[in-house]
Amino acid sequence: MEHIITPKVEYVKLLNKYAEKKSALGTLYLTATHLIYVEQTNNARTETWVLHHHIVSVEKLPLTASGCPLLIRCKTFQLLHLLFQRERDCQDVYQSLLRLSQPVKEEELYAFLYNPHQNEEDRRQGWEFISVANDFSRMGLSNDYWEISHLNKNYEICSTYPSILGVPKNASVAVVTGSAKFRSRGRLPVLSYYHKDTKAAICRCSQPLSGLTSRCVEDEQMLQAISQANPNCPFIYVVDTRPKLNAMANRAAGKGYENEDNYSNIRFQFQGIENIHIMRNSLQKLLEVCSVKSPSMSDYLTGLENSGWLRHIKSVMDAGVFLAKAVCEERASVLVHCSDGWDRTAQVCSLACILLDPYYRTIKGLMVLIEKEWISFGHKFSHRCGHLDTDPKEVSPVFTQFLECVWQLSEQFPCVFEFNEHYLIEIHNQVYACQYGNFIGNCQKERLDMRLHEKTFSLWPHLLKNQHLYRNPLYRRSLESTVLRPSTLPLHFKFWCGMYNHYDRGMHPKQSVLDQLLSLTQKQEEGERTMTELQRQLAVADGVLPDPSGPINTPTEQDSPSEKTPTAPFVQSNGSCLPLVNGDAEEAGPGAEKCIDKEGAEPGATEHDLTSSEDKPVSVETEHSKEEVQESS
Amino acid sequence: MEFAELIKTPRVDGVVLHRPFMPTVEGTLCLTGHHLILSSRQDNTEELWLLHANIDSIEKRFVGSLGTIIVKCKDLRVIQLDIPGMEECLNIASSIEALSTLDSVSLMYPFFYRPLFEVIEDGWQLFVPEEAFKDLESMTDEWRLSEVNKDFSVCPSYPSLLTVPKDIDDESLCKAASFRHGGRFPVLSYYHKKNGMVMMRAAQPLTGTNGRRCKEDEKLINATLCAGKRGYIIDTRTIAVAQQAKARGGGFEQEANYAQWRRIHKAIERSNVLQEGLIKLVEACNDQSHSMDRWLSKLEASNWQSNVKEILTTACLAAQCIDREGASVLVHGTEGTDSTLQVTSLAQIILDPACRTIRGFEALIEREWLQAGHPFQQRCAQSAYSNGKPRSEAPVFLLFLDCVWQILRQFPCSFQFNENFLIMLFEHAYASQFGTFLGNSVAERLKLLLSQKTVSLWSWVNRPQELERFLNPLYEPNNLVIWPSVAPQSLLLWEVPLQMHEMPKEHMDCEISMC
Repeated sequence: MEHIITPKVEYVKLLNKYAEKKSALGTLYLTATHLIYVEQTNNARTETWVLHHHIVSVEKLPLTASGCPLLIRCKTFQLLHLLFQRERDCQDVYQSLLRLSQPVKEEELYAFLYNPHQNEEDRRQGWEFISVANDFSRMGLSNDYWEISHLNKNYEICSTYPSILGVPKNASVAVVTGSAKFRSRGRLPVLSYYHKDTKAAICRCSQPLSGLTSRCVEDEQMLQAISQANPNCPFIYVVDTRPKLNAMANRAAGKGYENEDNYSNIRFQFQGIENIHIMRNSLQKLLEVCSVKSPSMSDYLTGLENSGWLRHIKSVMDAGVFLAKAVCEERASVLVHCSDGWDRTAQVCSLACILLDPYYRTIKGLMVLIEKEWISFGHKFSHRCGHLDTDPKEVSPVFTQFLECVWQLSEQFPCVFEFNEHYLIEIHNQVYACQYGNFIGNCQKERLDMRLHEKTFSLWPHLLKNQHLYRNPLYRRSLESTVLRPSTLPLHFKFWCGMYNHYDRGMHPKQSVLDQLLSLTQKQEEGERTMTELQRQLAVADGVLPDPSGPINTPTEQDSPSEKTPTAPFVQSNGSCLPLVNGDAEEAGPGAEKCIDKEGAEPGATEHDLTSSEDKPVSVETEHSKEEVQESS
Repeated sequence: MEFAELIKTPRVDGVVLHRPFMPTVEGTLCLTGHHLILSSRQDNTEELWLLHANIDSIEKRFVGSLGTIIVKCKDLRVIQLDIPGMEECLNIASSIEALSTLDSVSLMYPFFYRPLFEVIEDGWQLFVPEEAFKDLESMTDEWRLSEVNKDFSVCPSYPSLLTVPKDIDDESLCKAASFRHGGRFPVLSYYHKKNGMVMMRAAQPLTGTNGRRCKEDEKLINATLCAGKRGYIIDTRTIAVAQQAKARGGGFEQEANYAQWRRIHKAIERSNVLQEGLIKLVEACNDQSHSMDRWLSKLEASNWQSNVKEILTTACLAAQCIDREGASVLVHGTEGTDSTLQVTSLAQIILDPACRTIRGFEALIEREWLQAGHPFQQRCAQSAYSNGKPRSEAPVFLLFLDCVWQILRQFPCSFQFNENFLIMLFEHAYASQFGTFLGNSVAERLKLLLSQKTVSLWSWVNRPQELERFLNPLYEPNNLVIWPSVAPQSLLLWEVPLQMHEMPKEHMDCEISMC
């Protein structure tokens, strides 16, 4: 609280990007955790809540005749343009926000203050809800080829790895530890995903310390062991997700990539995903394109191209597809690395998991996947998200890109994901919010040292509690057993307006198929409950049911998917990338379209300027936002 | 002429058909006067029936004695036929080339097609101007139905009955017609019931370089204004293009002579530029490099999305003048048969809920496109793959459908029809067994005796068993004006007509209808 100079400023204008006339006048409050803007018009009170942790930059713009402008940019891609009457207020708020949005110590993070009214038992259970160990057994570990190793239980072999590791059964302790010494930061090759049906595995690591000539027998034996753990294929792919040039440059620094002559039976492959700095700059350029007021189509498309963003998304997707194909079509195991093996490697491995295994396309499965490939394998969330005031060069939208890849898949396959777009966006917001402890710290060991499980709460139970908001009404569990084969043609990659222009409501479809279907599903459920109740009453009236207060057999809830692992027999490619669409008539409800919610389309998001003089051609631009920036606390 | 003369080899066995992302089919290829047919002669296997009229261009390739014909269709499909035997292949290719480029309209398939269904409701009689006028009469008595064009001498591209202000006599109409390009004097396009404002359309005025004026034309459009009210003239061309038109006898309304009107210029491209855009877009989609940068820069260079944005923006402007400003509007470009119709028809979709139903949309296409004289036959003679010399081909109607799709995507619950309906219209505009899109005007259609000799598309579409796949399960009638966003982020590429690629998407509509 000591950083708040002025907790309340009145007569602050919230500028509307599209129509200055429509700008709101209201009161700005600063609390320990949030910036709150309250607009009071007649009887309506509109509140805009912005978490301090979500603020990425605060900028004082040059003074204008109407006041002192302050531009606030958020990690959620929200933009707030405030106008203060007095420069003093503007300066105070500016200084407060600068400090509040850049905490220096971990203890200042919201999660350490936040208490969702749970007791210690709830807290403990919450943290145990998602378990990486359980996912290993779901995949069928331990088995004849793979086992769970506790060699890293004190984080001695690799400080940024989880405490339990999946390793080939025939890799000796000496091989494991030896291999770790030959890998950057000790991130040795370990299991990421085991594909039961083909016995092929996806493994991950960091780059080898091969330099120009070095080699390591244990590392070579490690790869040999991974290869031998798959009886179905005589070789393994080694995928370096970096562009070849970057990998070669690393050789000069004593790192680099595997020499095919030293390793037996490997097929080496570069994938060309760019590094975190290029990704950070690319997002920066993309956001500039997004924030241009009324761009022409040509400016927009040129800007989109120049940002390179979709090119990078495609490169991640291409690599994920390569992995999935190798596993399900060639039955080959794959070892993936980049430089440190915590950015591009995490993207590619988790994407391949989603393509291969329908479990990860469920609400809970995605949590498990994020917990496994990102949190436990040491994706540096604190650095990449800039939670604390640290090196800005460490910040990069690596995780955002992963979420976008999932979204791109959900656009191509609208019926195979249990969750909808809101789920991905909510996870994204929570990663940056630091309201829960999951994404604080850079690796498992750091989290343990911070005692996050005792001091903060886990996000996952919170998401699960609200899962009705995140459900995809088109989800068909009958499609579960398919491997996804997405198209990676450039024209099938779209700009994700729902993420990067999330707060420009006027740009979004005015009626949402998703919301419509969610409300239909809800009505259907209510209708079924009523029907069951009426049937029960009828039975009682007919004397079939003797006891009016007795239990009744309600139909099984359709919407609580079993957590059971689907045994995923992959469907043979038939040249089509369509998963076999199965009508699954049993799930289709009767007459659902008859009860559509009566919700008129709200006109008025479009306004054309007709106020120019006679002779000049009037410039007309459709205005697309009523800027309903709102966020619940 | 006998088609048989053009068919040297009527059938070949052992032909293999390749379609993108569908299993190959081996079977017998047959050529008839109007179709290319491939049948595997097995039960339950799909046969290919392709209208010659749908073929835009073909390519031949030979490897030894195995010939390959790549058939590129006007609806943008691409298929490949492997034909054993060089002579057979050459014969087939030359027959296809000849049959797909027949010039005479009366040889087209609709004149030979006999429906296998019973025509219950004749589409030719569905949308007659008299009926539309009856609706108008119930709302206002300011308008009359004029027969001044009954022999098509005043304006060859207009229908015989036209809705004009009540106080303007036929003689004045003739004079106004002589002042407008192609005789297309201002006529009523849409009456906005909510506030009584109207939208009219016309062709450019023939002011020429010396600023000719026509009192009757001025009187005609002024008659639509309320006392003391101003109206808007939306010229779909930039001011520069409109200025240039003066040199060729065209021009625009001078402020001095049309003091009650405010003129706004927009920048919808001319039809030949639109055609280049389609060709570039299709080329971009076929790019084999898989490079994102290349794709985006080619997409940008095609200007396709820019055209969509500009057309929609202009339609929004027209709708806004009427609904928000409470002003009447006159829309024209140069000839008044292309960009003008895009704007007037889209504005009606925005303003009038009736146009968002299936019947209403059909009526809109009849009124604002077919009867209003959009030259379908010229515009749809060739498509993106044609090697022929470009004449007056242009994807004007396809762009209109694209814009409708954009609005549909933004208001997915406000339309009674779905995307399939738009795709179907696109396909039939380019090649069809029905006569609806033949000819360039009402006069031409009458001369061809289309309503006697061919079946109307609407007779087929409106049968309940066909309608089913065009219905939007989420439709909920909505009486509001629907304002689409024209921000570039809001306008997506309409992929489906570019169907040369696989559509990875499972069909959303069928999934929704099962919910």
